[in-house]
Amino acid sequence: MTTTDPIHAIAAKRWKVALTLSALMLVIYLGFILLVAFGRALLSILLSQGLSLGILLGALTIVSSWILSLIYVAWANRRYDDAVAQAIAGSTAPLGRKS
Amino acid sequence: MSAGSNPLAILFFFVFIALTLAVTYWAARRTKTTEHFYAAGHGVTGFQNGLALAGDYMSAASFLGIAGLVALNGFDGLIYSTGWLVGWPIILFLIAEPLRNLGKYTFSDVVAYRLQQRPVRIAAVVGTMAVVLTYLIAQMVGAGTLIKLLFDLNYTLAVVIVGVVMMTYVLFGGMLATTWVQIIKACLLLGGAVVLAILVLAQFGFSPTALFAKAAELNGKQVLEPGTKVVTGAWDAVSLGLALMFGTAGLPHILMRFYTVPDAKQARISVVWATIWIGGFYLITFVLGFGAMVLVGMKSIVAAGGGGNMAAPLLANAVGGAAFFGFICAVAFATILAVVAGLTLSGAAALSHDIWVNVVKEGHASEHEQLRVARVAAIILGICAIVLGIIFQGQNIAYMVGLTFSIAASANFPALVLSIFWRRFTTWGAVTAIILGTVSTLVLLYCGPTIQVDILKNDLAEVSKQWWYFPLKNPCLITMTLSFLSGIVVSLLKPEPAAEAGFAEVERRAILGASAFIEPVAKPVPAE
Repeated sequence: MTTTDPIHAIAAKRWKVALTLSALMLVIYLGFILLVAFGRALLSILLSQGLSLGILLGALTIVSSWILSLIYVAWANRRYDDAVAQAIAGSTAPLGRKS
Repeated sequence: MSAGSNPLAILFFFVFIALTLAVTYWAARRTKTTEHFYAAGHGVTGFQNGLALAGDYMSAASFLGIAGLVALNGFDGLIYSTGWLVGWPIILFLIAEPLRNLGKYTFSDVVAYRLQQRPVRIAAVVGTMAVVLTYLIAQMVGAGTLIKLLFDLNYTLAVVIVGVVMMTYVLFGGMLATTWVQIIKACLLLGGAVVLAILVLAQFGFSPTALFAKAAELNGKQVLEPGTKVVTGAWDAVSLGLALMFGTAGLPHILMRFYTVPDAKQARISVVWATIWIGGFYLITFVLGFGAMVLVGMKSIVAAGGGGNMAAPLLANAVGGAAFFGFICAVAFATILAVVAGLTLSGAAALSHDIWVNVVKEGHASEHEQLRVARVAAIILGICAIVLGIIFQGQNIAYMVGLTFSIAASANFPALVLSIFWRRFTTWGAVTAIILGTVSTLVLLYCGPTIQVDILKNDLAEVSKQWWYFPLKNPCLITMTLSFLSGIVVSLLKPEPAAEAGFAEVERRAILGASAFIEPVAKPVPAE
């Protein structure tokens, strides 16, 4: 397999996107956990009657995992699937066989 | 308060059993091959699988447990609510699609793809069984205790009923029946939780913050603030967080579900649906937890027993009366049944597909034989579940779920990720990562405060002076790092040219799926 193989390029790109989004998720969640451990005073601030910053950030952590998932799916459905389809269509050599 | 005298609860329960057994009968007539038994013939849609994943994942621990945790501790329950969700995007980004394209029935298929089959499969089964058995113990003991509380049924009888009904689903209906049991359960659980939340919020002008404010007014504003009961220290918090986050991506019964869909795109869609359902559900449990704190009261919840587990059912009784209480009790029962069925099926797949077919018979076993072995494995696991449930009766098993996630994150997840993404990963790297991850988790948990102080009742000051004492409640921070590092170091020390040469194929197949390897294709066709 040469480095100009389109599939290899797609794999590299997918790995990059997946790793970036995973790192973002990790930062958001660990950030929340570290705030719980160290930022007790900060998270206890009441934004309004009954709503502490901690509860809001907890809910936003859940919402952010939705948003990151939708970003990935938007990318995968638009760019990735097309790139894979093009790579298959443009490939003149047989794609390889497995016994 | 129990539903034992509540005829509606018994009725709902029997309706659920009858419905799921009818589904099992229907599924049994279609389950003729291993492809059906393990993977529901790859005929489940992404949307359906999303619901089934949610059903497999939302255990009694998350429904009754988190609601109880929030009802008694307030804010701290959020650490579990969020932690149990953030693993799902990780599955979506890193695992779901390559797993679907590379494997057949188990996650060992993926790890072993370009490595030596025997050692890798044996190691992967050790990782799988460690997770399945610890999770089964947690679920079965929870089931016995809960059903005793909910229906006033004898503990042993409850455990036997759960074991036998669950075995019926798995034995006769295989993955197809298990999938539909999960879907029915997920709909009941989500529906029940939504109705319960609406009934609660109706008393507070549909404003969650009004509910939280009332909780703070009654119990002090510390219920809205980070406390000290769930999180005892920063490193503990991070370690628990990592276990919850990456453990999800190493649970065999969750990973196995991705083979039920026709292709990688449907696998992708199914994770997104699962994330939406599970996240929505965890947001709702927060309303339920605070609702129970206000409308039932901490005292009544503690008095009901079960360590807070009765919070949600009692809340149902408070806002919806006896009928709704009965419904929620039946839903809790269905929840446990569905989760243990999924666990048993994944354990049976590991024993039969990985050990019997690929290690003992080296890949040469007839369909008939494979199916028979899978069913025997399911019976063995079902009996194990019942026996373990009875042995562990009355034990404090609160740490079991954390242990399960810790092993999954430290044994299965690193090997899976490295095998998919790292060219130089080797057979012995994989074996070391899985075995060291499993063993170190068990050893460090035993040397830590969870077992030494909480279970063995040793004095903390005394035991912490021992040279072997490990200060973290959850060892995942250390063990997951150890697993990744050992896998990498062993692979680098002793390279495996054949495995490295096979990586190009892994990379190709992870993207294109199996179809690309059967015949050259001119345009994209669905995998399989």
